[in-house]
Amino acid sequence: MSGSQQATDTDRYAGRRVKRVEDARLLTGRGTFVDDVVRPGMLHVNFVRSPIARARITGIDISEALALDGVYAVLTAADINPYVHEQWFSLEGRHAPDTPRPPLAEGEVRHVGDPVAMIIAQDRYVAEDAAELVIVDYDPLPPVVDYATAFDSSELVHEAYPGNLVGQIGGRPMADLAPTFDNAPHVVSETYHQQAYCAMPMETRGIVTEWSPSDGTMTIWTATQSPHEVRGFCARLLAIPEHSVRVVMRDTGGGFGQKVLPLREDMCLMIAATKVPAPLKWIEDRQEHLLAAGQARHEHGEARMAFDDDGRILAATIDHVQDAGAYPSPNPVGSGIAVGLIFPGPYRIPEGTFNSRFAFSNTSGRVAYRGPWQFESVARECLLDVAARQIGIDPVELRRKNMLRRDELPTANCNGMPYSDITPLETFEQALEILDYDAFRREQEQARAAGRYIGVGTCTYVEPTAGASALYGTEGATIRVEPSGKVNVYVAGGSCGNSLETTVIQLTADALGVDIADVSSIQGDTAVTPFGGGTGGSRSGPMTAGAVNQTATELRGRILALAAHLLGGVPVDEVEFTRGVASVKGSPEKQVTLAEIADTAYFKSGSLPAELSVGLEVSGRFRAQHLMLWANATHVCTCEVDIVTGEVKLLRYIVSEDCGPMINPNVVEGQIFGGTVQGIGGALYEELAYDDAGNPVTTTFMDYLLPTAAEVPTIELGHVETPSIGPGGYKGVGEGGAIGAPPAVINAVADALAPFGVRISRLPLTPATIVNLLEEAAQRGAAGAAAAAGAARTAVAG
Amino acid sequence: MTDVDIQVRVNGIARRASVPPRLILADFLRVNCGLTGTHLGCEHGVCGACSVLLDGEAVRACLIFAVQADGAEITTVEGLAEPDGELSVVQAAFRDHHGLQCGFCTPGFVVSVTAFLEENPKPTDDEIRDALSGNLCRCTGYQGIINAVRAAAEALAESGGSASRDATAKETE
Repeated sequence: MSGSQQATDTDRYAGRRVKRVEDARLLTGRGTFVDDVVRPGMLHVNFVRSPIARARITGIDISEALALDGVYAVLTAADINPYVHEQWFSLEGRHAPDTPRPPLAEGEVRHVGDPVAMIIAQDRYVAEDAAELVIVDYDPLPPVVDYATAFDSSELVHEAYPGNLVGQIGGRPMADLAPTFDNAPHVVSETYHQQAYCAMPMETRGIVTEWSPSDGTMTIWTATQSPHEVRGFCARLLAIPEHSVRVVMRDTGGGFGQKVLPLREDMCLMIAATKVPAPLKWIEDRQEHLLAAGQARHEHGEARMAFDDDGRILAATIDHVQDAGAYPSPNPVGSGIAVGLIFPGPYRIPEGTFNSRFAFSNTSGRVAYRGPWQFESVARECLLDVAARQIGIDPVELRRKNMLRRDELPTANCNGMPYSDITPLETFEQALEILDYDAFRREQEQARAAGRYIGVGTCTYVEPTAGASALYGTEGATIRVEPSGKVNVYVAGGSCGNSLETTVIQLTADALGVDIADVSSIQGDTAVTPFGGGTGGSRSGPMTAGAVNQTATELRGRILALAAHLLGGVPVDEVEFTRGVASVKGSPEKQVTLAEIADTAYFKSGSLPAELSVGLEVSGRFRAQHLMLWANATHVCTCEVDIVTGEVKLLRYIVSEDCGPMINPNVVEGQIFGGTVQGIGGALYEELAYDDAGNPVTTTFMDYLLPTAAEVPTIELGHVETPSIGPGGYKGVGEGGAIGAPPAVINAVADALAPFGVRISRLPLTPATIVNLLEEAAQRGAAGAAAAAGAARTAVAG
Repeated sequence: MTDVDIQVRVNGIARRASVPPRLILADFLRVNCGLTGTHLGCEHGVCGACSVLLDGEAVRACLIFAVQADGAEITTVEGLAEPDGELSVVQAAFRDHHGLQCGFCTPGFVVSVTAFLEENPKPTDDEIRDALSGNLCRCTGYQGIINAVRAAAEALAESGGSASRDATAKETE
């Protein structure tokens, strides 16, 4: 890097811990979340939901509810469902295979919480009273509760799907690999069962729909990660022009994948708004969220690896089954394939394959959640620790032997995923050094001698970010220097806590060469912003950087041309422009400010030569030159397990990651912290559980346990910065924390309990689970000892 | 059921209202008073997003009926900053330490921490974690929040100030 570039870099806002522009309004209660939106004459919606996992609807009596004072309407499937014109997501495309998704249950309810009727009333209190008065006659049917046995069930969640099979996808036949496994010195396998848990944003879902019948326009305020997805979806649903729908989101209280797509209730509000003469608001309550906002992570898989005598991996396979629930959104097959594709992770694995099957069940539908393919890391990293114990090698040594080195890159894994610009081994070594792994092993030995059980676990993963799918492959920006010289930058937005406003003004100030205080960003309103895919797939950073950079570069060119004219007609390449001030190279005394340039551009057009464009506004659209940008990280966790109570206390937690250069380290670290704690929650506490009859048993925050400040350890971070091939060298960082944490925690617990011969295969690791595992291991141990004693007696007798 | 007349002071402003007995305080503040900074995250008293100060004590506005607040002095998140917009010590610490991301749980945290530091101006890290355990955040992993509380306690100790503006006002009276 040249000296002059270095000097420029120190002036850049990118890379600095710039304070967030979002904070002032959010800290003072002046944000605008969807529930804060009030429209004149607005009515409130509440849903009547099925209390039964599966039943035929034989009758709905709405008369009593309708008679209640303050109730405007009670709508059922017959009033809503026929008005679905087209129903598909831009994320997936019109022709992608899709699964059923009726707005209201029609004929049959398919999970507890399935919406059956919608009440429209003067306020939420009355709407809830009315819901109690709707009488639905149900003829119960045997539910398919356990997705794992759904393929063999004679009952069908959806008649059109024999064997409850949503779809199946895989690589080369497993049988191809039989010779490798048959001849390998070591073969290790384990079937891991992950529980259902989910995004659980602190703001539930919500939507306000306002239909203007006279001009056929719809305005929607909603909690979403993708306002343009909602706009297009609504336009197709109602068969109205896309520009007749305006979607506005200002502040959204967390998304994590859950708010990527409009769901069934949103469809109800969109359609119902065209039937009633008032705006409608629906704000989901937490119980509804736990019943019907979807589930994720519910899957199991048999992971197998073959090793040579030295512990080198010869082959890896995973046979994977995922729960789709009753009404998945989107069709889970598309994202589910990534579990198999990325299963080899950051390791040198000559051959392998995978198979994934997706099963309907009578439970809440699967939705996207932060690193939807995360099970690949759980299965791989936990199996590697089992392998280390089985082969008799330290798990860190086993990984060192097999992890991809920089000099082997770029490369493709055995399932064809093209890795580049990753540093798994560097993050692995950095995290272990932060821990002081050898010192921990010594401490562990002493602790065990003293009857304390502490353990260490790691997880190293690679993660595709900013994938250039049809919807996600481009991103737009509009930048306008206003007549006063102040700058507004417009991007699609969809920020749900990921600091996209701050990020965009940092990037714009750098790319234009203006003071950050002079830049403001407008996002989340489809009427004024460029089209964009929204927040999802760890794409906002890199893709927005591409859009801003491309657009600002053109606008900067126009600014320089105007400056060259105002500076006396000097050649453009002699103009310097920094922090909003232009001057001629070598003679800094003569200056013209951006305010003066803008004033000329808008108000003195007559004085400008014809070849100079007037105004200062540019729209640009960045096209990804990549398929995906690979990020990677290593998580290292230490814990102590109380073998009497089964309680797990996390001692230290370290993440070393490589997301390329950081636009704002505070934002990057915040994403890692948040994702990691969600992953810790998934490993230890959270479960969206059902009983055998398909009744949800975790319907409040007293049952669905989120981690609190009391359980969460201090998270120590290390950074490795390897530029990607994407804009600015940036990579996505939103999802990774939630991928890496569960395996690291599980492995730490397994390591702590290794002296007892415990093998973990079911999650989460609640105290009860751990006590059971210890009891089972003790019984196995006793049985094993008895068998050994019996064998010894036989030998003596013989 | 007939409505009940109540009289409260919210962020220093006297408010009279006739409310249904079942109206929760959070809805009274959000709908009747238009103070939408108080957020509802669970409506069953676990997440803490709806925390407000009732006569100086942090309470969950989803578990209290508006009629129970009759005669009380209520401070919501809107009432913590200076009238000119200057953030309170706690609010500023949250901004300075990346103690918020989506901002939905933030009002509850800011209010709870304000009350906590009034009660315990020099907390240990364990006391901070314990005090925060009644508020749920899904974005930050609590890292920035814990740092913010520590920094706010230090800033208050240095300035000799108080976490809540009302208390400061009282002291100077």
